[in-house]
Amino acid sequence: MNHDALRRLKSTIVVWLCGLSVVVALIPLAFILFFVVSQGIQALNWDFFTKLPAPVGEPGGGFANAIVGTLMLVGIGAAFAVPVGVISGVYIAEFPATKLATMARFAADALNGVPSIVVGVFVYGIAVMPFKQFSAIAGGISLGVMMIPIVTRTTEELLKLVPPALREGALALGATRGWATLTVVLPAAAPGIITGVVLALARIAGETAPLLFTAFNNRFFSADPTQPISSLTVQVFTYAISPYEDWHRQAWAGALVLVSLVLFCSVLARVATRRLERLQTGH
Amino acid sequence: MKVPFTIGRRRALAALTAAAVAATAAPMTLVAQSQINGAGATFPAPIYSKWFSEYGKMKGVAINYQPIGSGGGIRQLTNQTVFFGATDGPMTVDQMQGAPGKILHLPTVLGAVVPIYEIPNVNAELKFTGPLIADIFMGKVLKWNDPAITKLNPGVKLPDMDITVVHRSDGSGTSYIFADYLAKVSPEWAKTVGVSTAVKWPVGLGGKGSEGVTGLVKQTPGSIGYVELVYALQNKIDFGTVKNSAGEFVKASIPSVTAAAAAAVKAMPKDFRVSITNAPGAGVYPMASFTWMLFYESPKDKAQGKVMVEFMKWALTDGQKFATELGYAPLPAEIVKLELAALATIKVS
Amino acid sequence: MRGWLKRGDLGFKLGTGAFAALVVLVVAGIGFELWRQSALSLEKFGLGFWLGDVWDPVSGEFGARPFIWGTLYSSVLALAVATPIALGIAIFLSELCPARLRMPLTFLTELLAAIPSIVYGLWGIFVLVPAVRQFELWLPASLKTLPIFSGPPVGVGMLSAVLILAVMIIPFTSSVAREVLKAVPNAQREAAYALGATKWEAIRAALFYARTGIIGSIILGFGRALGETMAVTMVIGNNPQITLSLFKPQYTMPAVLANEFTEAADNLYLSALIEIGLVLFVITLIVNTASRLLIWSMNRPARAPRAVRVTQVAAPAGGAA
Repeated sequence: MNHDALRRLKSTIVVWLCGLSVVVALIPLAFILFFVVSQGIQALNWDFFTKLPAPVGEPGGGFANAIVGTLMLVGIGAAFAVPVGVISGVYIAEFPATKLATMARFAADALNGVPSIVVGVFVYGIAVMPFKQFSAIAGGISLGVMMIPIVTRTTEELLKLVPPALREGALALGATRGWATLTVVLPAAAPGIITGVVLALARIAGETAPLLFTAFNNRFFSADPTQPISSLTVQVFTYAISPYEDWHRQAWAGALVLVSLVLFCSVLARVATRRLERLQTGH
Repeated sequence: MKVPFTIGRRRALAALTAAAVAATAAPMTLVAQSQINGAGATFPAPIYSKWFSEYGKMKGVAINYQPIGSGGGIRQLTNQTVFFGATDGPMTVDQMQGAPGKILHLPTVLGAVVPIYEIPNVNAELKFTGPLIADIFMGKVLKWNDPAITKLNPGVKLPDMDITVVHRSDGSGTSYIFADYLAKVSPEWAKTVGVSTAVKWPVGLGGKGSEGVTGLVKQTPGSIGYVELVYALQNKIDFGTVKNSAGEFVKASIPSVTAAAAAAVKAMPKDFRVSITNAPGAGVYPMASFTWMLFYESPKDKAQGKVMVEFMKWALTDGQKFATELGYAPLPAEIVKLELAALATIKVS
Repeated sequence: MRGWLKRGDLGFKLGTGAFAALVVLVVAGIGFELWRQSALSLEKFGLGFWLGDVWDPVSGEFGARPFIWGTLYSSVLALAVATPIALGIAIFLSELCPARLRMPLTFLTELLAAIPSIVYGLWGIFVLVPAVRQFELWLPASLKTLPIFSGPPVGVGMLSAVLILAVMIIPFTSSVAREVLKAVPNAQREAAYALGATKWEAIRAALFYARTGIIGSIILGFGRALGETMAVTMVIGNNPQITLSLFKPQYTMPAVLANEFTEAADNLYLSALIEIGLVLFVITLIVNTASRLLIWSMNRPARAPRAVRVTQVAAPAGGAA
């Protein structure tokens, strides 16, 4: 086999391997989704979305407060983490040689490895103990802290990959660095950054441990940010480790709702990203 | 310039999404700013949730209890982030001294821990003694057809199979009760392993939660584990009998567990902090225990204190009838009487 | 320097810098809190905590070595399993995928990140562990003599944990790597093709250009594996021992923290658990420093020499054909 053919063969093998890896990744996904759907769909009914949790043995309980709670917690977390993550990512990408940038990059990576329970304990120390009160805000902050590294790193990496010509063009037209970044570079990197944000949202929507020490949980409906609040993950966790079949079924339904919620956000982000890409590149 | 236009559209979409999320959350009716928060043991969570629901329906009060674990409950009560706590193992002297005020222990219901197992081709109810269980969990009895086991179960054909021990990996009151009993019947256990919600297990796999232990036992042939009676009953898992101090092999049941408490009445200390494992008497199940609610003697919020005292009076009397349906054993009448007297010492006015 | 730094630029630098400083502050705060709350345990055990093998809450003796082992072993293996797959997915979706399939497939691979870790854990117990157990039983006895395959075939153990972790980190690495590859200017690929590269060689050119981003995505995945709690604790068997075996149950730092934290009520116990958190934090810092050095060393040689290689390969072939 001459050299050319060998190169072509290598190329074909690699292409097939890449395709194979997609299949390999989708197999467990199929299994898990099938599992969650088949277990969860049985307990999914109108009551599930509108009623509060009932004690064991009483039919008709639901996860309404947990659904609202998760939305609120994720919302607070994102409101805190997206600006902090994106803007600090901008700094690290724009001024990479400074000491602060090195420290911030390092800090973001370190934060990524901190287990969720440690984040929960930390936020408990600063946002719960001083006020002697569990609250949705504390829960949101702990989720936000976990989002920051993903958003920061994604923003940084993507900003760095924007062709220098774009930035130089804006600067040549007289923009300050800040204006150039804000109006040209950031939008160019926006699709990727949105992916990073959605990834981070997906990660925190499924977290339980930090919420146990911050948002606590709540049997009742609450949209008050200064009070304990329920969440899908904590509720699913509590129900899943209980001895009751009825609660197990509801736990699976809760897991199904959670996955669907994240899916929905993901779709929304995908659509937004596609629109952006089409506008920017013309196809 | 096309660029600003794109940004505008993107910002509009983001704002719309954010508004949608906020809008779903905002108009919900705000409930119970005077809601009372409590935290603690997972073991009694089902009965507590039933009680709070029933009582809430009767009196319109909102009590929010979260089962984060006995240790967690003690800690949150000490930090005063919750009004009351709940625990499966009584607080130690150190813990009580660390609290900003005097804390009362009030038993609410009784529970028990049972041995579960999964042996292929064996459906019989196995008999165990305390020392035998200790030896198995210490890794000294390794096979199911070990003479120590076959001697107690003559009619059962036990295979020549390795015993896989399964214990709780998370700290729990169930483990506490289990270890407490084994420490009383096996001096070696008391010396090498000890009693705590989480111990250094000599052998075995750790399952997370009762769900984890049951799952592991069910799927691992030749395994043995322990769970709460409530759990075994609700999930229809077979469990064995244990020999009590009177020499009888007793199967855990509501009557045999209540009997354990009745036997402890005579020696009940004033603060109710007592272990009733391996209690003397006939018909007594040896791995039984109280579970307690914890209250400050002088709570800061007197209004909430009043509500909780009234609740406890109901729970200790009318509320006990809900216990049996859910698989918990009710408190004996003598103990309820002592507790009602103790309740009166909580300063709520 | 001051020449081109206009007033607007200074505001920009300070404004964004404040946020970057916030990130550093948060991490420093966590590190500090971990240090402060583990004071009791630090005092009692000192460095011996890192080397001790015994974890006994009753006698008050605590050592973190088995947990350090479990965390590192599971995370490294999971990374080894997941990275090729994740990169393969990233390459496929950014370079090779037919346009119609791109959105649905991207969506599906990201869906893996949407599944809460507790669902992974439950799926692990009910589906993965029995499957692994079957595999362990099926393995021929001759292979079982190897230390890596020794141990009772119970299903829960390192192998189940590694597989679940791998599945969990794939979407992180693949999503970021995919975005990074998409952002590589087409000029790079076109230049490679112009020089006669095959598809794979053109992809390599793109990978090279994006290499720091790709390494970043791998580090992201690794960090995720190091800190994963729920799913791991449900399938790893939770037995603190140090062994190469894939089948024996082991224990990781986040798992022991999650399992025992809520119940730990005595101060030394609590402080020992928090020290485990501190150990994990320090290990993450070490891993990140090492990767940073790796990236820095990769950035040092100029890019030009690499691009030449394609020509070198193409020329003789041109001659031979």
